[in-house]
Amino acid sequence: MDKRSARRGYEGVVAVVPITVPYVRYSIRTAHWFLARVLAELIRASGIDKASIDGLCVSSFTLAPDTAIGLTQHLGVSPRWLDHIPLGGASGVVALRRAARAVQCGDAQVVACISGDTNHVDSFRLTLSNFSSFARDAVYPYGAGGPNASFAFLTANYMREFGLERADFGKLCVAQRDNALRYPQALFKRPLGLQEYLDARPIAEPLRLFDCVMPCAGAEGFLVMSADRARSLGLAAVQVLGTIERHNSYPDDPVQVRGGWAMDRDDLYAQAGRGPQDVDLMQAYDDYPVISLMQIEDLGFCQKGEGARFIREHSFTWDGNFPFNTSGGQLSVGQAGAAGGYLGMIEALRQLTDAAADRQVAKAQTALVSGFGMINFDRGLASGAALLGRA
Amino acid sequence: MTSPLTRPRRKNPVLRTRLPNLPPGGRSRVALGLTAAAALGRFELQCCRDCGKVQYPPSEACQVCLSERLQWREQSGAGELLAVTELAHSNDLFFRERLPWRLGMVRLDCAVTVVAHLHGDCAAAGARVRVEAVLDRSGQGVLIAMPDKETAHMADDPQLREFTCDPKYRKVLVTDGRTAVGQAIVHSLIRAGADLIWVGQSEPWKQFPGIEALRTLPQVSLVPLDLSDSEAVSELCAEIGGRVDIVINNAELHRPFGIAARAGIEAARAEMDINYFGLLRLAQGLGPALRARGADGQSSAVAWVNLLSIYALSNYPPHGTFSASKAAALSLAQCLRAEMRPAGVRVINVFPGPIDDEWNQTVLPPKVSAAALATAITRALQQGIEDVFPGDVAQEWLARWRDNPKALERELAG
Repeated sequence: MDKRSARRGYEGVVAVVPITVPYVRYSIRTAHWFLARVLAELIRASGIDKASIDGLCVSSFTLAPDTAIGLTQHLGVSPRWLDHIPLGGASGVVALRRAARAVQCGDAQVVACISGDTNHVDSFRLTLSNFSSFARDAVYPYGAGGPNASFAFLTANYMREFGLERADFGKLCVAQRDNALRYPQALFKRPLGLQEYLDARPIAEPLRLFDCVMPCAGAEGFLVMSADRARSLGLAAVQVLGTIERHNSYPDDPVQVRGGWAMDRDDLYAQAGRGPQDVDLMQAYDDYPVISLMQIEDLGFCQKGEGARFIREHSFTWDGNFPFNTSGGQLSVGQAGAAGGYLGMIEALRQLTDAAADRQVAKAQTALVSGFGMINFDRGLASGAALLGRA
Repeated sequence: MTSPLTRPRRKNPVLRTRLPNLPPGGRSRVALGLTAAAALGRFELQCCRDCGKVQYPPSEACQVCLSERLQWREQSGAGELLAVTELAHSNDLFFRERLPWRLGMVRLDCAVTVVAHLHGDCAAAGARVRVEAVLDRSGQGVLIAMPDKETAHMADDPQLREFTCDPKYRKVLVTDGRTAVGQAIVHSLIRAGADLIWVGQSEPWKQFPGIEALRTLPQVSLVPLDLSDSEAVSELCAEIGGRVDIVINNAELHRPFGIAARAGIEAARAEMDINYFGLLRLAQGLGPALRARGADGQSSAVAWVNLLSIYALSNYPPHGTFSASKAAALSLAQCLRAEMRPAGVRVINVFPGPIDDEWNQTVLPPKVSAAALATAITRALQQGIEDVFPGDVAQEWLARWRDNPKALERELAG
């Protein structure tokens, strides 16, 4: 098979100014508030004026009844390129790749990619009960466990089929908590021990408390522009080396054990001209640890089914031999709705611009960001990944 | 293995009765195909008429060939349990009150993956199971994975009992004990483990065949009940209303003939007075009490059964006024179903073909025997079926009605 990608690269396009609007467990604000805050921060941190932002890309679950178009009036922007990406955990990667093409082709010069959600006391339940028509018809009436139940099935099946122990997943969760202790925005501030992980209260067996993300409110964002523009603004930039997205992959698999990454990873690495061995840190979508492992396998760090061995042989803290979810991941930071799909992207941008403070991965040149989203019925439909390089 | 139910202790009347909650009832219209089949006790999935693909969840187009020609077809439900979970947390009140709650992911042999409630006797992942469609307390069709083979006390599984209306250890009112059907229902309920059965008799001073046999049954309590007497109905409801778990309204008045063969409206009025207004009186008297007890522990108020007739679907002119009274009762029963739904109390409508009694003497067989009708009612309660069509005639008329109601009207006109 020809390993070269038939696709053009993203030469001359960069991502800059990773911004996080501080997370809170609950907020009385709306998604509009969080998205306004992140846009204001992007403008402040980049030093460009609002009128120069001619592209806008939005992801949010709680923006309803509005979408990106309504938001333009709220924010007083007049973009000539607008996108709304309802892909949950894959939003960050997909926003980047679409914005990069828009900039590369001249349809926009500066694209603000923003993602955020609020979390009222009852908004998570409301999101769940109307998440999708398949979920409303064929999942929510079954115990209304939400994604906990769906991931319990995927986790139980993975453990049975590939011989994993809860302690394997626990190792990932514990390492991420260590990372989170060095990330000021993380909502979880206490260390987590393996025994505490194992003994936590059951949520949906085999999942226990620390296997499940905590919904919260917050926002993330970054700008996409030409490398020249970034240079003239004096902004630390990150190169886009390669990207993929795939939706509803492997529909005939009885239960999900792989995602679209397995289909497209060769193309991803070919486009980037780098391989798994070149990756210095990985940011995966981690609403539950089983999906982290699925991404590690499907993106070529080990064979399918060898995840347990891979976990046992590696260390996942920021200073480990496989730096993974170095800001703590959603499991230790919190899941701010669609902003959860940006968390890894933002952290990768920080790592590659030496902005990761005391969790900085030494000599990080290449980062892999992976996204996964939308448990529509029995499996996650959206997957994507991006390879980023120090500019 | 399921542990058998035990007879509930006498309820402490001072304690607060838990109020009913419903499981999530929102569905897209296309998904109601599952509900329509489950109401009849069938498990059906969408099947593409063009490429044969079976699909789930229900959708508006075939996921393989995009055909819109989708047909609901009965499924065996056989499959393999892929994964099991036990919820210790739920976002919904109904389930929150019933935790832990077991769920399974099942790969059906027709190459479809489903999420299903899980009977407690289903073994670990990898086991063979049988998926059935049942109605939940919100009245919507849901899937439950059952053990491949019958197990002991299977019906007593607490999760399964949330879907069924099993008479075991429940208290039942049967509104008319005089008829062979009424007596057969009582005997069938006793075999099913009913705890107490109030049996109505409209004229308590009169003897009737079978009354002595009823009197000797320890579970039976004969009560005066004339559905045409508003005051008598209210009186009885006030007395037993707080304890009735299941109502079986089998009282009916049946006189042959249509319009021209009889002068005056007295017979028709009498039919309406029992078959329609009788139901209305009883529903006004007992409905509120049942609604209040929809979640009252192991033996909550759970079902209301109406003995209608297949003639309710389309008028059978030789029994024209009776048909009309049953059609009126059917319409009212739909109203009752809507009003009982917030409490999770199921309204079961029974549409027998001609019953083998004196009023159908001149109707040709096959006719439904009292025992067969009683068995069908008990089974509907045990399985949680909502619409029951006992007997070959009822089944055939139903098929003809579903196929083409206008054709059936012409055919019945003779």
